[in-house]
Amino acid sequence: MESLPITIQVLSLLGAISFMVFIARLIVKGKLREEYSFIWIACTIVLIIFSVWRTGLTQISLLLGVYYPPSLIFLLGLFAVIGFLVHLSVVISKLQQSIKDLTHEVAFLKKEMAEKKRHDGLVLSEDTEQTPAH
Amino acid sequence: MKVALSILVVVPCFNEEEAITGVVSELNVVRDQHKLNLDVLAVNDCSTDGTLAVIRTLDCLYLDLPVNLGIGGAMQAGYRYAFRHGYAIAIQVDGDGQHPANELLKLIQPVLEDRADVVIGSRFLERVGFQSSVTRRLGIRYFRWLNQLLIRKTIHDSTSGFRAFNRRTIELVNRYYPDEYPEPEAIVQFGLNKLRIAEVPVVMRERQGGKSSITFIRSLYYMFKVTMGTLFVYIRLRKQ
Repeated sequence: MESLPITIQVLSLLGAISFMVFIARLIVKGKLREEYSFIWIACTIVLIIFSVWRTGLTQISLLLGVYYPPSLIFLLGLFAVIGFLVHLSVVISKLQQSIKDLTHEVAFLKKEMAEKKRHDGLVLSEDTEQTPAH
Repeated sequence: MKVALSILVVVPCFNEEEAITGVVSELNVVRDQHKLNLDVLAVNDCSTDGTLAVIRTLDCLYLDLPVNLGIGGAMQAGYRYAFRHGYAIAIQVDGDGQHPANELLKLIQPVLEDRADVVIGSRFLERVGFQSSVTRRLGIRYFRWLNQLLIRKTIHDSTSGFRAFNRRTIELVNRYYPDEYPEPEAIVQFGLNKLRIAEVPVVMRERQGGKSSITFIRSLYYMFKVTMGTLFVYIRLRKQ
């Protein structure tokens, strides 16, 4: 099989590099946490490798016995996307649990604060050390 | 009857401004009548109507959740409160007025006599009072079958939210309680933790105000979610 045309190669290289820059900027601005950036950086490295290594995809396809090289891209791409989506669902579930626990704590604290305020108010107005009945 | 044990009645409220006053004052009447050592804790689950303002004027404790958690999360807030403040018994009473307060004594009786860890007030044992719609009853029959299959117990009214827990159960739900549509799922949780579940006949009313969270369209989702939740709780706890 023939290798990729040079224009496509240049385009994909440019695309991969600008994606890398985009990710880097997100991290610098603090909009993306480092732990999630690893996967995106890994993706761009793979893209760059295949942009430079012109016959790479064809060779790997031949090795795996895949007749049509682009289908290999779709297969691996879909796997990667599904894997990452599941990972995100796990992260969201954990977040939801933390939010629930935090909400409970905040509600308890709000209650305590309200009680303390009312209690202080009563002590001040009555001007006595005795605590009012609960 | 004189009851020395401290009791916390948790009333979850989501947009119940019409009914909540009646619910709380009814509970207070029962408390005074029977000299119960009872506190009412209303949990406002981020209502969008005036529920919070109404609760503030009532003679009860209240929690105000800053984020809407759903009925399960609101109930767990109440149970955690009961756990931390050392209450011996926690009771769930819905904020819509379906559960008459004078049935409360029936509910705590088996707990006081240490015959049960969980007591469920059931409207189907004697079939009096409000019996819910036909489709709803069909769903409940399905959950009865699922419970029999998984924990070998017959719970006639598994969706009933009128329940009393003893200290042991409070400790359990302090750690885990299902988020969404928790009632049937919690029964499986209790069964697998070898808690003694008892059902007592109670008379229920139709809701006194507000809207049910379960609309017709949502009922399919409800069945699916509860089935999944129940099965996963079963798988998770069976191995303990």
